[in-house]
Amino acid sequence: MSSGNSQIKTISVALLGNPNSGKTTLFNTLTGLNQKTGNYPGVTVDKHVGFTKTKRADNEVKLQITDLPGTYSLFPKSLDEEVACKELIGFHSAPPDVAVVVTDASTLKRHLLLATQVIDLKIPVVLVLNMIDEAQKLGLKIDADEISRLLGVKVVMVNSRSGEGIDELKSKILEAKESTNTFIESARIETLKQDLKNYKDIVTAQFDADIDLKNKLNQFEEKDTFYRFKTINYIFARTVKSPLEGTRKLSFTIDKYVTHPVFGYLTLLFVLFSVFQFIFFLAEYPMDWIETFFSFLMQKTSDTLPQGEVSDLLVNGVLAGLSGVIIFVPQIALLFFFIGLLEDSGYMARVSFIMDKVFRRFGLNGKSVIPIVSGVACAVPSILGSRTISNMKERLITIFIIPLMSCSARLPVYTLLISLLIPDDAVLGILNLKGLTLFGLYVLGFAATMLTALAMKYIVKSKEKSYFVMELPVYRLPQWKSIGIIVVNKVKVFLWEAGKIILAVSVILWFLSSHGPSDTFGKVEENFAQQMTNVDGEEAKKDLIKKMESQKLEASYAGILGKKIEPVIKPLGFDWKIGIALITSFAAREVFVGTMATIYSANDSENISSVREKLISEKNADTGKPVYNTAVCLSLLVFYAFAMQCMSTLAVVYRETQSWKWMTSQLVYMSGLAYFASLVVYHIF
Amino acid sequence: MKTLDQLKPGEYGVIKEFTQRDLALKLIEMGCLPGEKIKLTKIAPLGDPIAIEVSGYELSMRKQEASAVMLED
Repeated sequence: MSSGNSQIKTISVALLGNPNSGKTTLFNTLTGLNQKTGNYPGVTVDKHVGFTKTKRADNEVKLQITDLPGTYSLFPKSLDEEVACKELIGFHSAPPDVAVVVTDASTLKRHLLLATQVIDLKIPVVLVLNMIDEAQKLGLKIDADEISRLLGVKVVMVNSRSGEGIDELKSKILEAKESTNTFIESARIETLKQDLKNYKDIVTAQFDADIDLKNKLNQFEEKDTFYRFKTINYIFARTVKSPLEGTRKLSFTIDKYVTHPVFGYLTLLFVLFSVFQFIFFLAEYPMDWIETFFSFLMQKTSDTLPQGEVSDLLVNGVLAGLSGVIIFVPQIALLFFFIGLLEDSGYMARVSFIMDKVFRRFGLNGKSVIPIVSGVACAVPSILGSRTISNMKERLITIFIIPLMSCSARLPVYTLLISLLIPDDAVLGILNLKGLTLFGLYVLGFAATMLTALAMKYIVKSKEKSYFVMELPVYRLPQWKSIGIIVVNKVKVFLWEAGKIILAVSVILWFLSSHGPSDTFGKVEENFAQQMTNVDGEEAKKDLIKKMESQKLEASYAGILGKKIEPVIKPLGFDWKIGIALITSFAAREVFVGTMATIYSANDSENISSVREKLISEKNADTGKPVYNTAVCLSLLVFYAFAMQCMSTLAVVYRETQSWKWMTSQLVYMSGLAYFASLVVYHIF
Repeated sequence: MKTLDQLKPGEYGVIKEFTQRDLALKLIEMGCLPGEKIKLTKIAPLGDPIAIEVSGYELSMRKQEASAVMLED
């Protein structure tokens, strides 16, 4: 290892292929947890880069692998495909050293189109025949050596499930050379009557073509694709022997039920319902542990450190904030796990298939289903996921409505408020009543999503034709390891991205709620210090301290801010303390729980209990009744279900739509909806 | 002239040509080429979209799109 250190070289590898080619699973198998997420220049598509090592002779070589978005050809039909194509031709930065084209060996023919196009770009290519086990099960006989000879590139058979062929792939990447074969009709280029010398020039030209050239390129693309498939049919006939019929029996049988007029929709309802029951049920235990652990840690810290600012900042600022972040992890992990499961297994495509007609009525597309459903995890990646919708109107509507779906950041807010609303052991038959209420909130969010879409359908004008052409992949057993890696990466991103905001907000809040303008804030302390000397007995002293703490909070900067907005939110049943939480939640809604923790523990370091207990015992100063009664809890729940409280989402919407108008109208619409819905709910209950 | 949307589940057809340019470009790169044999595998519960088997895999599209795919007689 050490001998060749000076020789260490990094090779950049682009991993590309059709959607459903098993590309991302292969990427996860290759790089494991050694990944990072970045951005492509100019757009917000997540760029997944992973690293792995291999050896050439005795020298270590580092492979930097980029997982490009799935694409069917180098003539992009959606924004996602455009990103992949531009990366490959080196539109913004240097093109990759090697392109690995991943194909599904069991449906090889269609995948070879992209392979021949990439070969014609004249970059070194390795062709991966992925899911070779499945192809063998179907009785396909594939002559990889002959494919390699006819295409002029290295070919590797891989089973990314078992890891078979991975080492061979790594060494073939090192050996990859440009193919000497071409698959473009050279005479065809001249028909364009442009100064385009080769295939790469043509592919590049489409990105700034005028209408005239665009037309010519369209004609070129059609003829060129025909020509390629002629060659591909020849290659395919010589290299793949397949049994006549009767393939994919299992998938067809499953589909009989899953796309059945009755069972199909029942299955969908059952699947979604179970996912929510599971998330609530399974996440409860680890969340309890995390809560207990942090209570313990905070108690210990405040016991060990001398009383004062430092201890206060650590316990009520930093630790309170940290626990507010980490408590999310179980639910987020479970949510991403289930979404990964549904997508990987092929079920999501069926959902699109059976829902397209319904969604179309609402101005959407069957392809909107996946972004909308994944909206329950996080609006940000879901909005990016809407790039697969090629119709601009449908895409804009999808982007506009996704944040109304109840995302995972609302989950802790829901969880906390539901636990105030419903006793622990409430059940309805075998159903957990809390789970049922949670499900109800998701239904509420979904209803708002769809009704908004319907309204938008009549508002947004478009002449563009809508189409829906989508592959129904065969059902596959989910690849646990790959899903696991995705979950870990998502949690990591969450902990870092959301964590830093939540932590920062917590510390700022701690400061605002434990400090105030010296004239009024200081007076409270002085006042009570005097009274204190006049009081005897432990109980009376404790009462007095409590009174002082609450008056101090009121006099603090946070209190002043909360009081400022109190008149606006009073009709919704919210007091100034909730007002503080609402203000901070506009950065990100998950900050709510942390804010509550900070507000209610500020100046109260003697008594550390969970946020929930604190909220339950919170009494209205005037009436002496609990603040968090049914009406307030429901009003808050509804407010959080609808309000646009996420800076990241707004930023992504702006970048995706390239318009302030869309972003602002979304903010105004959702906030208005939240306000009026809460107003109505509060006055009904 | 017969179009793809007129097929019944289980029926076969051979693609002849397309009547929409944009759609043609998309379908061709998905392996729906003139001369290719296809089979209508299923119709979604609400009567639309449909799914066909083509070059060894299953592809779904709306009836409106299928009506732009002309079949050999």
